Amino acid sequence: MAKNLIKFGLLVGTISVVLGGCFKKDDTIKIGVAGPFTGQYAAFGEQIHKGTEKAAADINAAGGVNGKSIELVFGDDACDPKQAVTVANKLTGQDKVIAVVGHFCSSSSIPASEIYAASGILNVTPASTNPTYTERGLDNVFRTCGRDDQQGAVAGNYLINKLNAKKVVILHDKDTYGQGLADATKKVLNESGVNEILYEGVTRGDKDFNALVTKIKGLGPDVVYFGGLHTEAGLLVRQMREQGVDVPFISGDGIVSQDFVISVGGAQYTKNVFMTFGSDPLKLETGKKVVESFKDDGYQPEGYTLYSYAALQAVVIALSATDLDSSAAAMYLKDNSVSTVMGEKSWDSKGDLTVSDYVMYAWDGDSYSELE
Amino acid sequence: MMWEIIQQTVNGLALGSIYGLIAIGYTMVYGIIGMINFAHGDIYMLGAYVTAISIAVISSIASMPVVLLLSLTVLIVVPITALHGYVLEKIAYKPLRHAQKLSALITAIGMSLFLQNYIQISQGARNQGIPTLISGGFTLWTDKISSLSAVMSYTQVVILVVTLVSMLTLAYVIKSTSLGRQCRSTQQDQMMSAMLGVNTDRVISVVFIIGAGLAGVGSVLVTLNYGSFDFFIGFIAGIKAFTAAVLGGIGSVTGAMLGGLLLGMSESFFSGLVNADYKDVFAFGLLIFFMVFKPTGLLGTPEVTKV
Repeated sequence: MAKNLIKFGLLVGTISVVLGGCFKKDDTIKIGVAGPFTGQYAAFGEQIHKGTEKAAADINAAGGVNGKSIELVFGDDACDPKQAVTVANKLTGQDKVIAVVGHFCSSSSIPASEIYAASGILNVTPASTNPTYTERGLDNVFRTCGRDDQQGAVAGNYLINKLNAKKVVILHDKDTYGQGLADATKKVLNESGVNEILYEGVTRGDKDFNALVTKIKGLGPDVVYFGGLHTEAGLLVRQMREQGVDVPFISGDGIVSQDFVISVGGAQYTKNVFMTFGSDPLKLETGKKVVESFKDDGYQPEGYTLYSYAALQAVVIALSATDLDSSAAAMYLKDNSVSTVMGEKSWDSKGDLTVSDYVMYAWDGDSYSELE
Repeated sequence: MMWEIIQQTVNGLALGSIYGLIAIGYTMVYGIIGMINFAHGDIYMLGAYVTAISIAVISSIASMPVVLLLSLTVLIVVPITALHGYVLEKIAYKPLRHAQKLSALITAIGMSLFLQNYIQISQGARNQGIPTLISGGFTLWTDKISSLSAVMSYTQVVILVVTLVSMLTLAYVIKSTSLGRQCRSTQQDQMMSAMLGVNTDRVISVVFIIGAGLAGVGSVLVTLNYGSFDFFIGFIAGIKAFTAAVLGGIGSVTGAMLGGLLLGMSESFFSGLVNADYKDVFAFGLLIFFMVFKPTGLLGTPEVTKV
C-alpha cells in the first residue's frame, strides 16, 4: 500500500513538473550560451558568462524581448570539440533554445554551429576567430570579433615594419585556432619575403617546453610568434626567459586574460610580450555605462566580456525585429546594422563584421594596454 | 653545439626525474598487488593544489628563506597525499582484492575521475598558479663562437637533489630495513609471506603510502618548476609516468627511475634535435618498441609460470 502511495506521489509530482514547464514557457525565451566554463580555459568562459549574464539582466530590466524575459541556458564545452557537439545537441534538443551565443574556441564553435544550422538556430560567437567558422556557406553563423586572417595581417605587418624581424620562429598549439592564426601570420610574413626559421607545434596540456626553448635559443631568432592560448603561452614565455631568450614574444587574442599572468609565473615575466586584439572595447563611448556597472559589481570586464554582451544584444535585437523567428533573425542581421555596447555593428553575407579593428597590445606587469 | 647537448641533457634529467618520482607509485603498487592504480596521477594533481595552498598559508604567516619555505611545504604536502593514497587503498581497492583484476582496474579509473571532479568542484576549474619562487641558475658551459651558454636553473638543481635524496632513502628502506624486507617478500609471494607472519595488509598500505608520498614530492617540484596547474594535470603526468614505469620494467623500483630518465631524455633530445611536433609520437613509439622486443622493460623480471 505504502509503495502504491509513493508511486502515486511520484506520478503527481512528475505531472506537475511537466505542466509547470509548459506554463512557464509562455513568458520567457531561452537563449543558449556555450563556452569553456570549466577546464584550463575557464578564464575565457567566465568572460562569456559574465558578459551575457549582464546583458540578459539589463535587457530583462528594460522590458525583455517583445514582452518576454530572457532565460539563459549555459552549456559547458571545456573547449573540447566532442563535448561542444554534446552541448549543442542538448541546447537544441533538450532545452529548445531559439538562439545560441558561443562557443569560445574555434575548434568547438565550428562543429557545434553545424548542429545549430541543422535546427535553423541563430549562432553568434563572441570570440571564435578562425576563418572557417564563416566560410562554410552556413546562413546562421555570425561573430562579434574579427578573423584570424585579419589578426595575422596586423601581427605580420608589426613584425616586419616595427620590429624589423628577419629571423622569426613560429609556434602553434596544433589546434584549429592556434595553428590557423599561426598560418595566417606566416602567410603574411612569407608574402613579404620573410621566411620563418622554425615552424613547430606544441601539445595542449604539456608543461615542459624547455627542449624546444633550447632549440630556439640555438637558432637565435629576432622574435617568437605563437598561435595558441594563455596556458601554453605563459609556460613558453617563462621557460624562454629562464633560459635567457629575451626576444619579443607575440601572440593573438588567446592570451587576453589576467590568467596569463598566473600562467607565466608572475608579472616580472610579461615584459616584451605583445598580442593582437580588437581596439580596446573598454574605451568606447557606447560602453561606458555598462563598463561602470561591471566595475560596480567588482568585475573588470576584460577580453571578450563586452564582445559577449554585444553578441547577446545583437541576437535579441534581431529576434525582436523578426517576432522571435530564429532563421529570419539571421537574415535580419545580414541586412541591418544593430547598435550594441561596442558601437554600431553590421555583418556581411558570410556573417563576418564589415569592419575589423585589430591593433597591437603590449603586456606590462600584470596589465596590458594598446600600443600607440 | 656542445652547449645544446649539455642543455638538453639538463632539461631531460629534470623532466625525467619527475616522471620517475611519479612512476615509483605505479610500479610499487603493480609489483605488490598486480594492479595499475590509475588514480595515482590524480594524487599528484591533488598534491599540486596542496602545495599552492601551503605556500600561500605559510608565507602569509611569516616570511622566510625559500629553502625553509619549501621544506615546510614538503612536510605538509607529503603526509596529505600519503593519507589520500592510504584511504584510497582502504576504501576502493581493499574490498576488491580478491575480485577479478578488471574490477580493480575499473575502480581505479573511477577513483581517478572522482578525484578530478572533487578538486574541480572544491577548488574551481580555473588554471591556478604560484608566483615564481626561485629564479636564476648556474652557467654550465659557454660556447666560444656563438657565446651561447647552457644554463641549469636553481629550480632544476632542487629537482635533481630532492629526487636523488628521495630515491636513496627509498632504496635504503627497501634494501636494509625490516619493512623493506616485508615489502619484498610480499611482492614475491603474498600467501607465503602471510604464513611467515608478515602482515600483508599493512605492507600493502605502506606501499600505497610510499607511492603517494613520492607523488607528493613530485607535485611540489613540478609546481615549483612550472608554476601553473589545473585539475586535469594528473592525467597527462599519469600517462607519462606509467609509460616510464613500463619502460623501466613494471614492478622494479630502480627500473621506474631509469624509465623516467630514459623517457625524459628521449623527449628532450627528440624535440630539441628533430621536431617538437612528434615528441609524444617518439616517446610512445619507444614504448611500443620495448613492448615488442623486450616486454619486461629495462629491469623487469620475466614472469615465471608457477606449476
